[in-house]
Amino acid sequence: MASPAPLVAPRAGLAAELKKLLGKDMLAHVFAVEEDSITVARDAVDGVMVSLRDNLDYQQLMEIAGVDYPDRAERFEVVYHLLSVTRNHRLRVRVSTDEATPVPTIVPVWPNAGWLEREVFDMYGVLFAGNTDLRRILTDYGFQGHPQRKDFPLTGYTEMRYSEEDKRVIYEPVRLAQDFRSFDFLSPWEGADYVLPGDEKAGGTGEAPGKGAPTPMTAQQVKKADDEAAKKAPPPTPKTTEKPEQTGAGKKANKAAAKPSKDAAKAKAPAKPRAPRKPKGGDA
Amino acid sequence: MTDSPQVRHHGSDMFEGYPVDTADTAGDKAVTNYTINFGPQHPAAHGVLRMVMELDGEIVERVDPHVGLLHRGTEKLIEYKTYLQALPYFDRLDYCSPLGMEHSYVLAIEKLLDLEVPERAQYLRVLFAELTRICNHMLNIGSHVMDVGAMTPNLWVFELREDCLNFFERASGARMHSAWFRPGGVHQDVPEKLLVDIGEWCETRLPKLFSDAMSLVIDNRIFKQRNVDIAAVSKEDALAWGFSGPMIRGSGIAWDLRKSQPYDAYAKMAFDIPVGTRGDCYDRFMVRVQEVYQSARIIKQCLRDMPNGPVASLDRKVSPPKRGEMKQSMESLIHHFKLYTEGFHVPAGEVYVATESPKGEFGVYLVSDGSNKPYRCKIRPTAFSHLQAMDMMAKGHMLSDATAIIGAIDVVFGECDR
Repeated sequence: MASPAPLVAPRAGLAAELKKLLGKDMLAHVFAVEEDSITVARDAVDGVMVSLRDNLDYQQLMEIAGVDYPDRAERFEVVYHLLSVTRNHRLRVRVSTDEATPVPTIVPVWPNAGWLEREVFDMYGVLFAGNTDLRRILTDYGFQGHPQRKDFPLTGYTEMRYSEEDKRVIYEPVRLAQDFRSFDFLSPWEGADYVLPGDEKAGGTGEAPGKGAPTPMTAQQVKKADDEAAKKAPPPTPKTTEKPEQTGAGKKANKAAAKPSKDAAKAKAPAKPRAPRKPKGGDA
Repeated sequence: MTDSPQVRHHGSDMFEGYPVDTADTAGDKAVTNYTINFGPQHPAAHGVLRMVMELDGEIVERVDPHVGLLHRGTEKLIEYKTYLQALPYFDRLDYCSPLGMEHSYVLAIEKLLDLEVPERAQYLRVLFAELTRICNHMLNIGSHVMDVGAMTPNLWVFELREDCLNFFERASGARMHSAWFRPGGVHQDVPEKLLVDIGEWCETRLPKLFSDAMSLVIDNRIFKQRNVDIAAVSKEDALAWGFSGPMIRGSGIAWDLRKSQPYDAYAKMAFDIPVGTRGDCYDRFMVRVQEVYQSARIIKQCLRDMPNGPVASLDRKVSPPKRGEMKQSMESLIHHFKLYTEGFHVPAGEVYVATESPKGEFGVYLVSDGSNKPYRCKIRPTAFSHLQAMDMMAKGHMLSDATAIIGAIDVVFGECDR
């Protein structure tokens, strides 16, 4: 590992121990980026946590994180981070679920899971069966929706302010002075699988996305298309501003103004080319 | 009472004309528990903490902390920013120790990128992380002492905090929200004079002023009465409730991520881990006091051993070129432009990186999908676990002890609520 990230030695024989201990409850074990993570069956998570704590010495639950993958059948992942202070090792335990299926709570295993589960519920709407105190925790009292879901807009739906007229805080639908913009910086030639803004007409070719821009039309095709268009509708009179009335200018106000000025002749004389500037500070 | 003949009070005719003593005698009245709101605007709550407390007289029966009043949706915002743009959000989490927050984040990115960081940058980060620790502990020690009734030490240690903030300003230009740790190193090198001044400060001003202030407190009878044996947490409880940092060390477990899972240049540093013996508020306080001296020790080692060299990675796909290079080289100009518009792409994967922030284990769980923005960035705040144990710790104590307990937790709501 080249990076100066926290150095944790891999735990020898962990894979075999996990397999022996968890059996078919463990669906996968991955060692990537120097970290161990296992996926376990959702319904077995409480039992798995007890055996990880009691048999593999993961004494502490540091974190429960939710992650939303809207494309998956079970869109939410609940990710538990365990720490062993005696073996000096971390383990990540993953469980997947959807909006309706509850995950068994692990509050009986670690009391600090209570708030962490509340947060996942608040942010993603994941239910935890057996958690007796599954209230919202970080969002406002009376908040609706689950803000960390990928389909929840960054700006939210309501905004609040103190109303001087009502003498209280009021909630209103969000009004944006400018449309919310999000740039992904994907190259249009590599990987962008959507129609670029301003490129909507080109999208009608029916080509598969990601294959690059459509082949440009040949000069003959362009000429043919132009000719056909010309036949259908003759070009309108070109708009020119040749005559004074078209420019809006009237007649000269008087004769004196029409005369060229005396300086005009001088001005036409070619100006002397300017001498190159001498560098400042002596002739060195 | 009315004398009107129409209104006849039930039972009133029996004692008509006699004075009746209706006051309860002892034992007649059933005392019921009552509930009070501690906060959300309370000077001892260290921020916007609302605690619904059920009291029996002055004894705390139950505490229900309501957090989230400072929730700003940092994690959601980060998902819409490039990796570099998301960095300043970390300063605003725990605004008492901004560089400690940045540290976990930059290390998480570097771990995913598998990016090498020059040695000078690692030393600078350790140096400033320890300076941040001192800065944070000055605030916490001062306010903890003030919460239990002493005024003077707070004013003295704030002098030191001011010095720390001045050092941050000289390094990064900002007193608090430095955004100075960057993926691949630090943003700028420090002036030589700054390192000299920090070394001098560690030798003279810090030990003098700090030990003076602490001499007023640590053996003070009132301070001990307010803290000793208040909210004692056993080792088992500390583990079960997910404690970290001075909270777990106060309970007697010598667990310090700088030692057990060293990052940056911590593996080369010699320092001790102070631990408590009883796990009460006084122990947590004393652990912090000792940590200040240990931090000063680490700073001196950094200053002694810091090599010369680049302060940020030379991988131009991650860390931007210097402005001087951009004047000369077209390639540098392109790198700079690409880094500050598109940003760098981080390979798909996920990491959980935790560092020993002044308040405990501050973790960042970063999920990358290979694009230039984090797919998910879960922040593990230190205060969440500690504050959750408030009910367990405060049960059976007096109402006035609640302030001491919160002071010893060292909670900052920018980080707790995110």
